[in-house]
Amino acid sequence: MNKILYAFLLLLLGGNAHAALNVFACEPEWAALAQQLAGDKISLYTATGALQDPHRVEARPSLIARARGAQLLVCTGAELEAGWLPVVLRESGNGAIQPGGSGYFEAAHYVAMLEVPARLDRAEGDVHAAGNPHVQTDARNFLPVAEALGKRLIQLDPANTAFYQQQLAAFNQRWRTAIAKWEKQAEPLRGVAVIAQHKGFPYLNNWLGLKQVAELEPKPGLEPGAAYLGGVLSRLQQQPARMVLRAAYQNDRPSEWIAQRAHIPAVVVPFTVGGTPQATDLFAMFDDTIQRLLAGLK
Amino acid sequence: MSDRIYLGAALAALLCHPCGASAASDADLQAIREHIQQLKQSYEQRITQLEQRLQQAEASSRQPESVAPQPARSASANSDNAFNPAVSLILSGTYGQLKQDATIPATGFAMNANPGHEQGFNLGESELGISANIDPQFRGVATLALDPAGGIGVENAFVQSGALGNGLNLKMGRFFSGLGYLNEQHAHAWDFADQPLVYRALWDNQIGEDGLQLKWLAPTEMFVEVGGEIGRGRGFPGTDRQRRNGIGAGVLFAHIGDDIGIEQSWRAGMSLHQTRRADAASDAVPDLPGTPGGVRNLFSGDSHTAGLDLVWKYSPNGNTRERYLKVQGEYFRRKENGLLTYDTAGANATGSYAVTQSGWYLQSVYQFAPAWRTGLRYDRLDPGIASVGAPNAGNVISDYAFNPSRITWMADYSPSEFSRLRLQLARDKSRQGLDDNQFFLQYIMSLGAHGAHQY
Repeated sequence: MNKILYAFLLLLLGGNAHAALNVFACEPEWAALAQQLAGDKISLYTATGALQDPHRVEARPSLIARARGAQLLVCTGAELEAGWLPVVLRESGNGAIQPGGSGYFEAAHYVAMLEVPARLDRAEGDVHAAGNPHVQTDARNFLPVAEALGKRLIQLDPANTAFYQQQLAAFNQRWRTAIAKWEKQAEPLRGVAVIAQHKGFPYLNNWLGLKQVAELEPKPGLEPGAAYLGGVLSRLQQQPARMVLRAAYQNDRPSEWIAQRAHIPAVVVPFTVGGTPQATDLFAMFDDTIQRLLAGLK
Repeated sequence: MSDRIYLGAALAALLCHPCGASAASDADLQAIREHIQQLKQSYEQRITQLEQRLQQAEASSRQPESVAPQPARSASANSDNAFNPAVSLILSGTYGQLKQDATIPATGFAMNANPGHEQGFNLGESELGISANIDPQFRGVATLALDPAGGIGVENAFVQSGALGNGLNLKMGRFFSGLGYLNEQHAHAWDFADQPLVYRALWDNQIGEDGLQLKWLAPTEMFVEVGGEIGRGRGFPGTDRQRRNGIGAGVLFAHIGDDIGIEQSWRAGMSLHQTRRADAASDAVPDLPGTPGGVRNLFSGDSHTAGLDLVWKYSPNGNTRERYLKVQGEYFRRKENGLLTYDTAGANATGSYAVTQSGWYLQSVYQFAPAWRTGLRYDRLDPGIASVGAPNAGNVISDYAFNPSRITWMADYSPSEFSRLRLQLARDKSRQGLDDNQFFLQYIMSLGAHGAHQY
């Protein structure tokens, strides 16, 4: 009886009985990165699925419960999670993961942001003041993020410093080799004109040299109407594109509509780990992204 | 570099002294030729190396590895402006078309609240929200309701602290009570243009309190939350204790919730509300003698309410942007026990009075395309059978033998996350013999900071 009572008291106090660091990752790509850097030293929870629109996640009870026990929160930042994370953090009653603390990690903070709007006006659609938040589509961005995340893990769990350093060094080396490979593979994509369904790919375009000639959203986050799509189609006659890109979580209708009429392939990229069956981890995600883009050229 | 100078000097020497060269011996000439050849080779090698290094440099400069600090972000943080709170403004307006007088309460609920409906074109309450972190410990929120007729109402004004840790969350000030599911939601987040009948009759649309709220979230993987509130009893059924010490109303609630796979999530809750009502006045209450226009009654006594709520959401792949289905239902049961003074202007007879009222609703909202939703709601109330003490047995109606009900359909279109247009039709049978067909058109727009929504 005493044992049960003691266990219950421990539960009440929320004491962290097991040693693994509890990590709450907002998106699958950061969960995958944390996995690469920390292996079994962390217990990982991923808040969103690969087929969910990361802008539109609800502050579900399960998220609040998981945030309660987290010691480190790894998110994109740049307002991507503005629609749900503030509620989750507030309701969690967990002081360790509040913004500004050592348990709060925003990946976008460590990379050079693109598309930082000069004019903040909702008439421009769902724009983010800090810049386009979809930083995970450029493989090179993972190097500074991994560096910073490795440091953060060491800060929170100094007992495993040597392990984290070793994992980070190994990841850096593998990742640099992989980047060189991907860049070589993606050489034929340089300068290729593409259409994007949502302004989700500026980092990918910047990295591989794709030339985005149109978007299928009249403004970011707004659904395209038939008239708008018709306009894009007629503009394509002057400025043809080779393919139309969409992320795995997006509705296929607008891109299929354009693809059929313009006779170009609609290419689905995983966008995050798990977005396609092939994208099982970070390496596979970029392997698959480039394979799918190359297939779109044929 | 030195080689280049050497080569240049050698070439210059050759050019400047052509006659000297002719005078030189063949052996000398050969030696010079060999030397130039060597220089040329070494120079070509170096050029190739330089070219390679240039290519490498170009390749690596494309990688943003050494990201320069981004001054644009930190610069703006220096000004006082950056500390300004987040400001949001909700603009809404309604057109309502009703056949019956909206001030007539639901049958059997004349001694309850009756928020009514607005008819014709009317500006809904615009809502000004201001919120910011006060310091590392506290966050402050104020929601001011701007009445179209003028004046400002303080809807919410509270400070909140999550810094207590251990899953504790403290609120102080004026807030919407955490009981039920819909009560905490602001009007702009409602799925219908009006609240369910049970909220209208038992909570005057939604109950706000001036007081303290403490919540505790259990450290479990499943969401388990318990909370309690104490306050002055400001909102109905409280009678707003003024110039008195102590507690006017208390609330206890518990919520549990979780996901089922990636596509479904749910939350269930139960709540208890308790208040002591003092001289709660109700006008135009129908009575047994059939006084025209009704009478004015006063009630004093205890009020206990218990509630159950359940929400379930489903979305293919968990992607709520495309499609989702939301089903929710709530049930409340209120027991009141005390003294009723009948017809204060006339008979003024006081006797015991006890009644148990209840009500429930079940609603479902389906988003069938990214910007389009439709919803259906069914409401029902039970006024209960009152036990009326002897002095008023011939005055107060104890059994209305009628259950008010209503069925409502709505469709809304949201061009973006910040705007919504809604059409709502209702078949209202909440008043005996006064069936009503209600028609509403509504817009709800949100400007400025758009805070995250609750589940």
